[in-house]
Amino acid sequence: MNSTAERPLSPHLTIWKWGPGMTVSILHRITGGALTVAGLAVLAWWLIAIAGGDAAYGEFAKLATSPAGMIVLAGLTWAFWQHLFSGLRHLVLDTGSGYELKVNRFWAIMTLVGSLTATAVTWYVLMGVGK
Amino acid sequence: MTQGESATPLAKVRGLGSAHHGGGHWLEERFTSVALLLLSLWLFFSLLMLPNFELATLKEWLGSAWGAIPMALLIVTAFKHGIDGLKVVVDDYVHDEGNRIALHYLLTMAAIAGASVALFALARIVFAPVAA
Repeated sequence: MNSTAERPLSPHLTIWKWGPGMTVSILHRITGGALTVAGLAVLAWWLIAIAGGDAAYGEFAKLATSPAGMIVLAGLTWAFWQHLFSGLRHLVLDTGSGYELKVNRFWAIMTLVGSLTATAVTWYVLMGVGK
Repeated sequence: MTQGESATPLAKVRGLGSAHHGGGHWLEERFTSVALLLLSLWLFFSLLMLPNFELATLKEWLGSAWGAIPMALLIVTAFKHGIDGLKVVVDDYVHDEGNRIALHYLLTMAAIAGASVALFALARIVFAPVAA
């Protein structure tokens, strides 16, 4: 609050060994930000393209299926699943459970495993529908 | 702001915390998260169950009540939840009160604008004249 006061700070950012809980925590924030900014932009653009008709939708589909477009969409798919799984983890943590070291670590890792698996399955199915 | 001995426990904690307001925002973020869990899974499985991604298929799906109503709810909830999250990020990293209020204001306006554009596009799909 008051930057002029010379108060000692605990070295809270430097003395910790990096762990899965910290990774998942910052990923929750990063994926949330990406989904809000890029995800909602894509959603709005997609709806505008559908409303716009053949030419507008064709342009959207061409970009979405280009290599760059696929990378962005795959990234958003992963961000969606990661945020969903770490969000579910947060809802459980909000109830006060899941803080035991091993349990906490296990479910942090499981959100990463879950999001990568779900992303792979999503795209496997999606390629079947798109063609 | 000094409070006497007579202040209730609730009155004593009001305005504390990095956001300087109570748990309402926190709770709202949880409510919208649960709604989004359902709505985003609805979108996900709806897309996977479509026979293809041709324009006519999407128009028929989004033009029906089963497509349009959840999509409208998804748009409103997603913009609300997303902007609530970004405001927490602002609260954590922007310490100057003036900047913080300005950023909250800009984020709110951006969310309302974005949601309006998306809802307008959806309305155009729903109320489009049926092609001959």
